[in-house]
Amino acid sequence: MAWQVINREIAAAPADGKPLLTEEVKAKIARFFPKYETRRAVLIPALHVVQETFGNVSYQAMKEIGEFLAVPPSEVLDTMSFYSHFWTGDRGRKVIVVCRSLSCQVMGHEALLEALRRHLAISEHETTPDGQWSLMTEECLGACEHGPCMLINERLHAKVRPDDVARILADPNCDKE
Amino acid sequence: MAFEPVLSRNFNVPGSQSIDVYRQRGGYRAIAKALEMGRDAVAEEVKKSNLRGRGGAGFPAGTKWSFLPPNRTVTYLCVNADESEPGTFNNRYIMELDPHMLLEGILIAGYTTRATIAYIYLRVEYHKAYRILQKALEEAYAANLFGKNILGNPDFSMDCYIHRGAGAYVCGEETGLIESLEGKRGWPRIKPPFPAIAGAFGKPTVVNNVETLSCVVPIIDRGAAWFASIGLPPASTGPKLYTVSGPVKRPGCYEAPLGLTVRELIEGKDFGQGMQDGKKIKAVIPGGLSVGFLTSDELDCKLDFDDPRKYGLLGLGTAGAIVIDESVDLRQVLMNIARFYSTESCGQCTQCREGTMWIYKIARRIASGTGRLEDLDLITEITATMGMMTGRSICGHADGATFPLKTLIKKFRLDFENYIRNQKGVAEVIAAQ
Ligand SMILES: Cc1cc2nc3c(=O)[nH]c(=O)nc-3n(C[C@H](O)[C@H](O)[C@H](O)COP(=O)(O)O)c2cc1C
Ligand code: SF4
Ligand code: FES
Repeated sequence: MAWQVINREIAAAPADGKPLLTEEVKAKIARFFPKYETRRAVLIPALHVVQETFGNVSYQAMKEIGEFLAVPPSEVLDTMSFYSHFWTGDRGRKVIVVCRSLSCQVMGHEALLEALRRHLAISEHETTPDGQWSLMTEECLGACEHGPCMLINERLHAKVRPDDVARILADPNCDKE
Repeated sequence: MAFEPVLSRNFNVPGSQSIDVYRQRGGYRAIAKALEMGRDAVAEEVKKSNLRGRGGAGFPAGTKWSFLPPNRTVTYLCVNADESEPGTFNNRYIMELDPHMLLEGILIAGYTTRATIAYIYLRVEYHKAYRILQKALEEAYAANLFGKNILGNPDFSMDCYIHRGAGAYVCGEETGLIESLEGKRGWPRIKPPFPAIAGAFGKPTVVNNVETLSCVVPIIDRGAAWFASIGLPPASTGPKLYTVSGPVKRPGCYEAPLGLTVRELIEGKDFGQGMQDGKKIKAVIPGGLSVGFLTSDELDCKLDFDDPRKYGLLGLGTAGAIVIDESVDLRQVLMNIARFYSTESCGQCTQCREGTMWIYKIARRIASGTGRLEDLDLITEITATMGMMTGRSICGHADGATFPLKTLIKKFRLDFENYIRNQKGVAEVIAAQ
């Protein structure tokens, strides 16, 4: 997404400066090298790997990714901050993304959001104090026939009514296919 | 005569994602045929089919391929699977239900254009499609359909990789996609040069939509003449996967020849089956958000490459219809659209960045109950100053914003005037202030 940068709390690099990127993580990133003409092009795959491993992309991680790919850390930040899918701060273990585009709006996304806000006692772009849940909104998720819909991590929940919220969130596997 | 499904013919077949089932149903026959025909003959056949791009712009695929410079050494194929246009999800159906059809299309296009690598630029939210495509790719590699000397052909080697996006609408724009592929922010490039001359990593590149590439398979399998007889030739040939969402009885993805009317898509028994619970249609976006609005009196609009323009729309778009019923407050709709284009603008062009943001602010004012009648003219005026069509932007995002905003105000002006005269705001908007 866009030049309007939403909700990116600053996560300082750890004071001890210990490297984050283990050999294993680096090996995962290195698997992308043969697929592209340049190291720079491995940046987005690398950001995916890092976020999947650590739950976010901290400034320390950006610095190390930059070193590994020979891209200045400022440019790592430049790329990363453009996309809504990467974040520097902490997010809940389960990130709920509610679609807010037109089709889902017409089908009642606002009532769904309100039910989630109440159930979790947080607003959009917030995380519950126990670190379990974050509540986000995004533009069209490409599942408009299921509106109103939401993703919990990688799983899509279709036609979610406000009354369904408690039941869905109580399921420990609600984020897995 | 009933229409025989082409692109969706495997959708309901059990195990349709597996290479075995795909093969049993005639899959990978077309790539073998293409290899026998040779590159020039395949290119000619695609041109003759008059296949036009399904990603929104409707550019003829065969012509696009012919722009590649003749003496190139490296060629890339970028498969546009970013599908982020609100109301659109047909690419997802293809990738989740018939991934090998897409892979076969990639093979034929890759062979014809001498591509050495195909990147599938897949939006990150499509987790299920990602898993299914990965598995399909593994199967295809194991069957020597990708990699070196494909199907024993010494003159055809190509790799195919999935490149996942990271949440940005503008990366669906072909040069934004290329920038993003190169590891940068998805800022669309100033054209020319077009990707065919200097695309990914500065090399000649073809960017095609998932559905466009899928259409290439039946074109080679059954011939351009057959393909071109479907739909409304000569301008709008072939089948199309339409999507319909909103309060219809059966929202979903349905196939029909190009030229289906919006009414049939919403009401037809093979399609949306009419409105839920006796609701009445207020407005329809027939082709993905960016094409603009139809009123309930304009449902005879045909979804082909020409007719939507007669209704003041941008074009066919993605043929993804969003239906809005009479209970919906159009101020909410206006705000939603304005917010979408404002937050998804990449910010490079002043007219797009500022125009969409100011319209969003005005839309909020109208929704909060303090709008003025002049605001409607102001929105119309701003929309007239942005976009590629007016020569004031780098990419089509600003045009995409213009059409829904201006047609909403123009075609529903009386509704907006009444809202403004009543001076009663939308509760949620007031609460959020
Ligand atoms: C803002 C914007 C977003 C776009 N998003 C998509 C998209 O998600 N998928 C797509 O196929 N084309 C999208 N397009 C159109 C592409 O730029 C391009 O025309 C298309 O991928 C070409 O493929 P085709 O000729 O096969 O249709 C978008 C265009 C603009 C201006
Ligand atoms: S028109 Fe808008 S989205 Fe496109 S390049 Fe310009 S600012 Fe970016
Ligand atoms: S509008 Fe919600 S998924 Fe498309």
